[in-house]
Amino acid sequence: MNRRLLLAIPFGVAAVGGVGFYSILRAMQSGQFDPRGVPSQLIDKPLPEFVLPGFGRAEVVARKAPVVINFFASWCVPCIEEAPVLAALQKSGVPIWGIAYKDKQAATDLFLKRRGNPYAQLARDEDGRVGIEWGVTGVPETYLIDAQGIVRWRFTGPLSNNAARGLSQMMGRT
Amino acid sequence: MIGELGHFALALAIAFAVAQSVLPLWGAWRRDVRLMQAAPGLALGQLIALGMSFGCLVWASVSDDFSVQNIAENSHTLKPMLYKITGAWGSHEGSILFWCLILSICGGAVALFGGPLPASLRARVIGVLGLSAWGFELFTLLESNPFARIWPAPANGRDMNPLLQDPGLAFHPPILYMGYVGFAIPFAFAIAALLEGRIDAAWGRWVRPWTLMAWCFLTCGIALGSWWSYYVLGWGGYWFWDPVENASLLPWLTGTALLHSAIVVEKREALKVWTVLLAIGTFALSLSGTFLVRSGILNSVHSFATDPARGVFILGLLGLLIGGSLLLFAIRAPLLGGSGLFAPVSREGGIVLNNILLCSIAAVVLTGTLYPLFTDLLLDEKLSVGPPFFQATVLPLAAPVFFAMTIGPALSWKRAALGPALIKLWWVAIVAVVVGIVASFRMQGVASLSMAAAAWMIVGAFAEIIQRIRLFRVPFSNSVSRLFSLPLSTFGTTLGHAGLGVTIIGIAGMTLAAEQIALVHVGESVHLSGYDWTLEKVHDAAGPNYNARVAVIEVTKDGRHVVTLSPERRMFTTQTMTTTEAKIHTNIVRDLYAVLGEERDGAAVLRLHDNTLAPFIWLGALVMALGGFCSLADRRLRIAAPTRASTLSGAVSRT
Repeated sequence: MNRRLLLAIPFGVAAVGGVGFYSILRAMQSGQFDPRGVPSQLIDKPLPEFVLPGFGRAEVVARKAPVVINFFASWCVPCIEEAPVLAALQKSGVPIWGIAYKDKQAATDLFLKRRGNPYAQLARDEDGRVGIEWGVTGVPETYLIDAQGIVRWRFTGPLSNNAARGLSQMMGRT
Repeated sequence: MIGELGHFALALAIAFAVAQSVLPLWGAWRRDVRLMQAAPGLALGQLIALGMSFGCLVWASVSDDFSVQNIAENSHTLKPMLYKITGAWGSHEGSILFWCLILSICGGAVALFGGPLPASLRARVIGVLGLSAWGFELFTLLESNPFARIWPAPANGRDMNPLLQDPGLAFHPPILYMGYVGFAIPFAFAIAALLEGRIDAAWGRWVRPWTLMAWCFLTCGIALGSWWSYYVLGWGGYWFWDPVENASLLPWLTGTALLHSAIVVEKREALKVWTVLLAIGTFALSLSGTFLVRSGILNSVHSFATDPARGVFILGLLGLLIGGSLLLFAIRAPLLGGSGLFAPVSREGGIVLNNILLCSIAAVVLTGTLYPLFTDLLLDEKLSVGPPFFQATVLPLAAPVFFAMTIGPALSWKRAALGPALIKLWWVAIVAVVVGIVASFRMQGVASLSMAAAAWMIVGAFAEIIQRIRLFRVPFSNSVSRLFSLPLSTFGTTLGHAGLGVTIIGIAGMTLAAEQIALVHVGESVHLSGYDWTLEKVHDAAGPNYNARVAVIEVTKDGRHVVTLSPERRMFTTQTMTTTEAKIHTNIVRDLYAVLGEERDGAAVLRLHDNTLAPFIWLGALVMALGGFCSLADRRLRIAAPTRASTLSGAVSRT
């Protein structure tokens, strides 16, 4: 009997693994789980104070409505990949504000002319100091700020279609 | 038209696979000879249908048929012909079709060379292979059809990911897949044995060459992948403990264990249940490795195509196949008992130790790969497990393997004494200690210990041959004639063990690697590890589907010209992507490695590496695989002894 039990262990291990993977896949499909998502210190905290040419914390809070803030740069290849996703997001009615990170004005303008401009407001973080305060690990990076000016969600890397779908659902909720 | 033909051939292959998985197994159950004999024909039918289907895909790619979506997304008229052909397996859809094709080649191989097998065993093995195949073929047809059309057809394609446009990577998937999928044959034999409720020495003799074949290909495949990331990704590293790399390492570890335990089944009829479990586990890891990576669950630089919707389908298939076989194992394995006895200190004991250690390493690597994923899911906590974890856990487990693998072959079967075996190896130990001491002048502690271990493994591997030909104990001519009468499989073991030692030398040597990143103007030079690297000029060049900036770097040592390296940065126009083309000059003991980075203000960023002993890493893998093929060429293995004397000649001519 003991031996039988022993021989059934591999099946048990495989079954547990299978259930685990299944729940991961389901969560990925519904957009609740993303293996690439990295939590931010800012999550559920109020937005840090910042003033940039373009907009600052005051303007974001004054909106009194949720907004998506996207760090990008003309020199960043994944941002090109992300551009169509942002454009679609903007078309679906999600307000996106952009912060050009460590980028020259002319280069940013050229980039937006070529790849389309999904941003309702544009700020410039030329020396990357605000990026440090937000804890930006790289561009592109996307934040969701709720109506009270509290950071609710952060996504590193180019937004996938799935993540964008999850994002617009969250916009509905906050 | 060709596309539809391929589509139809794929559907036909599924029909064959379903028949192949039902009829022979039913026949073996009912002892119906006619149904059992249908097995080889059905397997060959599936092979021909899939071969045709894949041929159609290659044709569509070569003839630039952009009305086929897969071709439109992955090809371009300007893409070189080589990559049009290899692009057929470079895309997500194509690679899964190719995976199925190789599985059907396995079925075909058993059908062609399995003549001497008992009829019911052959029918069951082929049936199980069909059972594993049809689900994935159905997946190809329904969820990732490579022949899907788009309308209107674009004028030109979107081109392949430039990183994949490389000769090393072009042949990486076929070889790796041969390794992964090759383990389907031992798996099918294991399931067939569970169904039959019987395992004997003949079974072991059959399983071993197939395992060895798959193992050789997997070894080459992993080495090629590691080499590719070394020179294409331009990071200068060779192994990153990336989930995709780990996924290929796992079946290699358990496959190596299987290779050894199958010997015990063959020679001593022991470890039967364990060997069956290893065969199932190895194939399960191969399957999960290939498909979980593709579903995007494991996050990696290597995952080019990911889609969770496809993931659910694949997970279902994996669940049925792996879960089903482990359930069968739980029910039927108790019937297989009754193993030959052996003392703890014996050749069998050594192999058990090898198995335990290799499987522990596999368990550690598996844990490290999946742990972040599951903490994220269960505890909602993000963490990442990096190289330090793997180095800290794998090394202590690998060290005893290195130590034992030289002693193991010196032990005799059934019962042995450790003392005499160690005494026989005294001079090997001295060589190892000397090498370790010499190495410690230049390397740090762990690296010089690794050098000692490598010497112990390489010299120890050849000590076995020296022992057997009684060199210096009998007249020299006598030794030479003994050398020629040694079975090839002895050389196989020696090369296999020595090859791992060579790889370890390379890994230890890489700790001495030096690198420098410098902003260099034309005419300036950088001094790195005794060489002067002078940037002569930077110029433009045009390739078939890219434009390049080429740096010409003159490398000199003490004023003497060594080599001119010309690393490139390629801008692919259709994919708007830039790749760096590292240039490497090797003289076996060191690689001079140069990468051209960004250019600004008339100067270029150069990344220069001096990678000591790096080529040994891949050379060792090649030697290991060579050892495997050497064993395969051994006549005793090749004719796989279940033949009776009367069928012997037939078997020889068939192989």
